[in-house]
Amino acid sequence: MNLGRLYAIAFKETLQVWRDPRSLAIALLMPLLQMVVLGYGVSLDVRRVGLCVYDQERSQISRELVERFTASDWFRINAKPPDDRAVREAMDRGDCAAVMTIPVNFSRVLAETGKASLQTVFDATDVNTTNIATGYAQGVVGMITADFESRWAASHGVQPPTVGMIDLRPRVWFNEGLDSRNFIIPGVVAIILGLVGAQLTSLTVSREWERGTMEQLISTPVTALELMIGKLAPYFMIGLFDAAFCLCAAAFWFQVPFRGGVGTLILTTALFTLVVLGIGYLVSVRVRSQLGASQIALLLTMLPTTLLSGFTFPIDQMPAAIRAVTLFVYARYYVTIVRAVFLKGSTIGDLRLPVMSLVLFAAIIIWIAARSFHKRLD
Amino acid sequence: MTDAVIAERLTKTFGAFTAVDRLDLTIAKGEIVGFIGPNGAGKSTTIRMLCGLLRPSMGRAVVAGFDVGREPEAVRAHIGYMSQKFSLYGDLTVRENLRFFGGLYLVPRDQIEDRTRDAVEMAGLRGREDALVRTLAGGWKQRLALGCAILHRPPVLFLDEPTSGVEPEARRRFWELIHRLASEGVTILVSTHYMDEAEYCNRIALINAGRLVASGSPGELRRRELGGVLFEIECSAVGTALLALKRAPGMIDVAIFGDKLHVLLDNASSATGLRPFLARQGIDASPPRAITASLEDVFVQLVTRPHDITVPT
Repeated sequence: MNLGRLYAIAFKETLQVWRDPRSLAIALLMPLLQMVVLGYGVSLDVRRVGLCVYDQERSQISRELVERFTASDWFRINAKPPDDRAVREAMDRGDCAAVMTIPVNFSRVLAETGKASLQTVFDATDVNTTNIATGYAQGVVGMITADFESRWAASHGVQPPTVGMIDLRPRVWFNEGLDSRNFIIPGVVAIILGLVGAQLTSLTVSREWERGTMEQLISTPVTALELMIGKLAPYFMIGLFDAAFCLCAAAFWFQVPFRGGVGTLILTTALFTLVVLGIGYLVSVRVRSQLGASQIALLLTMLPTTLLSGFTFPIDQMPAAIRAVTLFVYARYYVTIVRAVFLKGSTIGDLRLPVMSLVLFAAIIIWIAARSFHKRLD
Repeated sequence: MTDAVIAERLTKTFGAFTAVDRLDLTIAKGEIVGFIGPNGAGKSTTIRMLCGLLRPSMGRAVVAGFDVGREPEAVRAHIGYMSQKFSLYGDLTVRENLRFFGGLYLVPRDQIEDRTRDAVEMAGLRGREDALVRTLAGGWKQRLALGCAILHRPPVLFLDEPTSGVEPEARRRFWELIHRLASEGVTILVSTHYMDEAEYCNRIALINAGRLVASGSPGELRRRELGGVLFEIECSAVGTALLALKRAPGMIDVAIFGDKLHVLLDNASSATGLRPFLARQGIDASPPRAITASLEDVFVQLVTRPHDITVPT
C-alpha cells in the first residue's frame, strides 16, 4: 500500500464529485430533502380520529358521553348525522373513520338494568388506525363506566364495587410523550446514510468502466486495495458530514431528546458508513454500468432499511421467517443503536451486541469488496 | 536482456473465438514497431495481453524483462499504455490529469513539476493547463494522453491506435513525438489501421485474424512478400473487370484499389495480354502501368493467401 497513490486517487475522486452536479446533489441536497420529508411526513401516531356521532336519544347522559369523547385528544367529532342514511353516506365519503350510535333508549336501559350497549362502527380499510382507535374508544368508555358506576352506587347508598379491580398505572420511559417522531427520526438517519453512501459509491467504479478510464487506470501500478481505499475515503468523509448534519437536525431541529454520548454515536456511525460504502463499492465493481449500479444499490439499501430494519415496522412483530431475514439487514443494528443512544443514553457496553454485529458486517463486506476487484479486463 | 518485448506463441481465446493465435513477436530496445491489421484482427487483444490487462490463454510474453503472467505489476511499472478509447478524465483539467497519473506512477515530488511542464509543452497545451480536458480537440487530447503515459519515463510504450479519429496534421505531429521518444531509447509498439502510418515505423508486424502474417521493415516487406509484379489498370466497370481478370493468363491476384484495379502478375510479359483480354469481355481498359507496391498491396496479398503458408519473420 502506497500513500502517495492513495492520495492521488482520493484527490481525483474528490475533484470529480465536486464537479459532478448529480453527485453533489446526492451528497448535499438529498439529506436535507429526506430529513424534511421523512422527519415531517412519517408519523405513526393516531390522533384526532374522525368520529360521527348519531345520537338518537339526545339525553343528558348521551351528551355527557359525547363530551367525554371530544375531551380526549384521540377523537374529533366530525359530523352529527340526523339519520341512518346520513350515517352511511358519511362513512362512504370518508368523512369519519368511526360512527358511534347512541340508541334511543340508552339512558333508560342503563338506569333500569345497569347495563347498556353502545355501538361503534369502524372503517377498517385502514387496519392500523382502526386497531388503535378501538383501543382509544374502549379506554374512554371504560372511564365513563367507572364514573357511572360510582355515581350509581352513591345514589343507591351502596359502596362502589372494589373487588377484582386492578388499577393499571402505566408509565412510559424514554419517550415520555409517546411521540412517534422521537422513534422515527433516529431511524431516518440510517435511511439517509444508506441512500447517500451507497448511491454515491455505486457510481465510483462503474463510471470508470463506462467512460473507458478504467482501462488506463488498471494499466498503472495502482493496487486494488489502494484503489478501493482511495476511492472510498472522500465518500467516507461525505457520509460522516451528512450523518453529522442529520443527527444535529434530529437533536436540535426536531428536538429528539439526546441522552447518550457523542463519541458512541460517532463511532457507530462511522462503522455503519463503512458497511454502506462497502456495499456501494461492491455493487459498483460488479455492475459495470452506472444506471444499473445505482438501481441495485438502491435496492440493497433503501428497501431493507425502510421495511426490515425496524425503522417503521417493529421487528418483533414480524413472522419468524422474516425476523430471521432481518438478522442480515445491517441497518437494523444501526437503527437500534441510534435510537438507544438518543432516547436511552445507552453506552457502547450496553450496545455491544448490535455494535459487534456492525463490526462483523463492515469487516465481511469490505473484505469481499476488496477481493472482488481485479486489475484485469477478462 | 536486449529485447524489450518478447511474445512466444501468445494466444487469447474468448470462448470458441480465437482472437490471437500463437503470435510470436520480438521487439528490440529502441525500436518502433507498427502493428498493422484491419479492425478485429487482434491488435488490441495482443497489446492488452502485453500490458497484463488480459491473461494469455496460452504462450507467454516478457515485457521490459518481466513475465506478464507472473509479474504483471512489475510490467505495469515499466510500461506506458494508451488505450484505444480516449481514457483521460474529461472532468479534470490538463494539469490535474497529469498530476493524477504522476501520483499513480510515483513520480518523485521534485520532478513532477518539470515533467508536467514537459508533457504540457509536448502536447502543445501551454497556457491551457487549467482547461478541462473534455473541452480539448482530438489531437491535443491524444498528445496529452501520450504525455500522461510517459510521465514515469517508461522504457516500453504500447499505443493502441493512438491516431484514430485525429486529423492528418495532428497525426503527423504525433508521429514526430513517437520518433523523438524512440531516439531517447524508448521501445514502442504502436497499432494502427492507417497503412500510410506504417511507413513511419522501423518495422511492421502485419496481423490478420489473430495471426501474424508478416513482419519486417516497410521496404523489406514490399520487396519480399509480393511474389510477383504489380500493375495498375483503369477501366470502366471495375467490378466486372475484377471477376474477369481472375481468369486472365499469368494472374496471381487482383484487387480493387479505389476506382482502379491492382493486378499481380507472375511476370511483366503477361501484362501486354491484359487489355485485349478485357476487350474480349467487352470492358474498356487503360494499358497496364507498372507500379511500386504499397504496403496495402502487400497486406492484401498476404491476407488472401491460405493461412498455413505464414511467412517466417
